[in-house]
Amino acid sequence: MNDHQSAVPVLIIVVPLLTAFILPVLGWWKRAAVFPVALAALAFSFGASIMVAREVLTVGPIRYFMGGWAPPWGIEYHIDHLGALMLLLLSFITLLVGIYSKKSILKELPEKEVPFYSVYLLLVAGLTGIVATADMFNLYVFLEITSLASYALISIGGGAAVVSAFRYVILGTVGAAFYLLSVGYLYGVTGSLNMADLASILPDLYQSNAVLVAFAFFVIGISIKMALFPMHAWLPGAYSDAPSAVSALIAATTTKVAAYVLIRVMFFVFEPRFSIEMIPVTELLSWMGAIAMVLGSVMAIAQSDLKRMLAYSSVAQIGYIVLGVGLANATGLTGGLLHLVNHSFMKGCLFLVAGAIVYRTGLRKISEFRNLSVKMPWTCAIFTVAALSMIGIPPFCGFFSKLYLTIGAVEAGKWLFVGVILFSSVLALAYFMNVIRYMYLPQEEPTEAGDVAVRNEAPWTMLAPMLTLAAGIVLLGLFNGEIVSHFLEHAVPAGLASSGNLTNLLNLAR
Amino acid sequence: MGDLIVDHINSIIYIVLMMIGFYAMTGKTNLVKKLVGMNIFQWSIILFFVSIGAKRGSTIPIVEGEHGHGAELVLEASHYVNPLPHVLMLTAIVVGVATTGVALALLLRIYKGYGTLEEDQLLERMRASSDAR
Repeated sequence: MNDHQSAVPVLIIVVPLLTAFILPVLGWWKRAAVFPVALAALAFSFGASIMVAREVLTVGPIRYFMGGWAPPWGIEYHIDHLGALMLLLLSFITLLVGIYSKKSILKELPEKEVPFYSVYLLLVAGLTGIVATADMFNLYVFLEITSLASYALISIGGGAAVVSAFRYVILGTVGAAFYLLSVGYLYGVTGSLNMADLASILPDLYQSNAVLVAFAFFVIGISIKMALFPMHAWLPGAYSDAPSAVSALIAATTTKVAAYVLIRVMFFVFEPRFSIEMIPVTELLSWMGAIAMVLGSVMAIAQSDLKRMLAYSSVAQIGYIVLGVGLANATGLTGGLLHLVNHSFMKGCLFLVAGAIVYRTGLRKISEFRNLSVKMPWTCAIFTVAALSMIGIPPFCGFFSKLYLTIGAVEAGKWLFVGVILFSSVLALAYFMNVIRYMYLPQEEPTEAGDVAVRNEAPWTMLAPMLTLAAGIVLLGLFNGEIVSHFLEHAVPAGLASSGNLTNLLNLAR
Repeated sequence: MGDLIVDHINSIIYIVLMMIGFYAMTGKTNLVKKLVGMNIFQWSIILFFVSIGAKRGSTIPIVEGEHGHGAELVLEASHYVNPLPHVLMLTAIVVGVATTGVALALLLRIYKGYGTLEEDQLLERMRASSDAR
């Protein structure tokens, strides 16, 4: 092992993992210490992610060899620009949701904070591990750690959530099994599990049937994990029945990480020319994304429950990300990646707001939200910011990722998808405006004295993370050019069609 | 045709097992049967991995020879079984056991909460309890 090799990239994953196992012992000794220790581990992960991102930006991608074994024999951790951005995003969101969860867990899951924070940290370790690893089988293990942790977190509250979690177990395991099968076929023909090694061996084998089968199984398996329509059946129940903090955490992270894996394997393990020209998988993905965008939004309009509406909206947003991948040009993929980051902020924020409303008023039905803006003015304002961003109103971040996607679709000459993006945004306008309208409507019968104009804002430990995310939505929008030029430009593989529009756009954005 | 079956017997067996598991997961209404189907599905892939590591007429991957002299021996890869798929499957088995454990725990909770593991009855009772709320 190189002496100067820093262990920081590994500590991002190892510290939450070890803390997850220390917490049960700690909780048995002193329950009050559990939350601060868990938060310290999350904060450490975030700090380490910042260090790693700085190093990636100044020096270049980081490679770490586990135990000093060089690849392809050992397990390699490889963090490039996209990976660094994902680590920052994941550790930031998990830290914020961690701060938020204290009050909401005390109320929703009394006496369960020890198992909750243990599993929470396991989930964080799994998510960051998926991003950092450059080994296909190691990725499978992290994928399953993430899934197992999310099954447990979803079901922790009992009731209908347990049934939703069981459905997720069955479908999630099928997805993981398909992924494993794909790894098996790749290993069978190449004898390697390291991503960079696979990328150098595979081009000679693109004609092989085994490679085609492996690729097909991979796309299906990961599509189930990222809840791409029509494999989204597990998502609405799991998101809407889970405890509030868990909904926000899982909605903001797990499907995004699966989308990251899709991009990583499609464009870095396989070459773009394989995924785009040799088999029409990008064409297929863009159609599935477009259908998800329309049907997810239509289903969202039909919901009367806020969390269920947000869950169906997630199905639609996954469609945007996949459409960006499927457009198969530099602008489209940039839009998809930017939407991945933006949606993580927006949907995390929206689910936190939904949780805060449940925390203070116990309301979930949208039609019961009348007069809410008087009771919880800050919460409603934050919801409005996030919702406007979801619809795609400048200067919020959602506008810019949709702009990139639209230009990408124009560049690809696929005018139908331009229409779909706009149509889906109009549908988003419909379902979000419905909620905002109810929030700012006055009470129907203002005679009930006890119910009127009592200000009852969420506690500040819940409000602060929501405000941070809302500020993040604005900042991501204002500085989207910086993110694209520092991180995402490096994340777009060389083989993708690039028309120079991206640089023009960037200059405009600056 | 006969040769095709003999040559690909491992693939055929894993696909048949996989389809049995898939049928149980989708066609059965009892949740325990769904779980059993999920297990068959997982194990079929583990069997597939083990079978791609196997080789006829080969031995365990340990180099014979005197202590300290292994490096001079000429190693023929075809004489040895590739141990890596089997080692990977040890991890996959652990993952499978963990998944089964979590799923069984969920089933216990479902049975305690609703008193049934039949999907149609369960949906009925869930609807009834959400209406009551």
